[in-house]
Amino acid sequence: MSRKIWLGLVISLLVAALLSPFASAFPDGLERVAEDYGFLQTATGQEVVNSPIPDYVMPGIQNEGLATAVAGVLGVVITFAGITLLLKLLVKRNKSSA
Amino acid sequence: MDRGLVAAFLFLGGVFMHIPDGFLEAKTWLTTAAVSTGILGYSVMKTKQELNDRQIPKLGVMAAFIFAAQMINFPVVGGTSGHLLGAALATILLGPWSASLVLATVLIIQCLVFQDGGLTALGANILNMAIIGTFVAQVVYRPLSKLLSKLTSRKWPVALASFIASWLSVVVASGAAAVELALSNRIPLEVGLPAMLGVHALIGIGEGVITAAVVLAVWQVGFSPSRLEKGGAYSE
Repeated sequence: MSRKIWLGLVISLLVAALLSPFASAFPDGLERVAEDYGFLQTATGQEVVNSPIPDYVMPGIQNEGLATAVAGVLGVVITFAGITLLLKLLVKRNKSSA
Repeated sequence: MDRGLVAAFLFLGGVFMHIPDGFLEAKTWLTTAAVSTGILGYSVMKTKQELNDRQIPKLGVMAAFIFAAQMINFPVVGGTSGHLLGAALATILLGPWSASLVLATVLIIQCLVFQDGGLTALGANILNMAIIGTFVAQVVYRPLSKLLSKLTSRKWPVALASFIASWLSVVVASGAAAVELALSNRIPLEVGLPAMLGVHALIGIGEGVITAAVVLAVWQVGFSPSRLEKGGAYSE
């Protein structure tokens, strides 16, 4: 991989690891308002899948900032690997278009 | 301002556009899932035609960056926060077909691994953000950057067109989410639509600034999307 690709990956990892713990929290108004509109209960307990890292917080890590940073780094790696794998399957090798 | 409207602002701002399970009725999520599947299938076909295997890492980096950036909520107003959507960014740098695949992949991973957005709402979320957001960015960015570049030097047309295209992509995508919530009888359109458009008009400013800045920064380091897709920012 080229240096620019590595640079992009490193920036993404830094954003996910260092900035994510300082991200603005979702408004506390969320639950209250969903309650106001009477459809809070339509989402509670409705999750169809049990995600391994719910809400970007790595389970088993006490420090919340660290748990978010770890989740972010894992997410970046999973996303990069996921789309690379998907496209490797889709795109023929050394296709001469460019 | 009407208390209900303020409440809707806060609520919908918090949800952003990642609709969770339970908010959409079956007819809405089944329809949006079918539409999204069809259009993504077409995107896969177009990407297979256009993409060279050496370009794959660029799409990987774009997806990784959008994932990371979507974690960073910035405060907007009234206790509401927003984060980058990235549909316009990906569209400007990669072209619409690759961009929709990149966004859809990010949304699928967010849903399955991080419980951000419901599985039943995945079709709707993909439709709003990966398809509608991308489409709006594409139809706005290309003619606009071309038009502006006739008036002034080369850097500012790209920045300004990026800002406007990404602002609109966020606002229109949020409107689509309001329609889906209304179709599911969760919030009437006359309340949900102005609330969603209003709060995302503000979030869109952040989107526009970040998108323009990243497009210019990427230009600075010499990334050349022209080799990815005709119509990318630097194809001429």
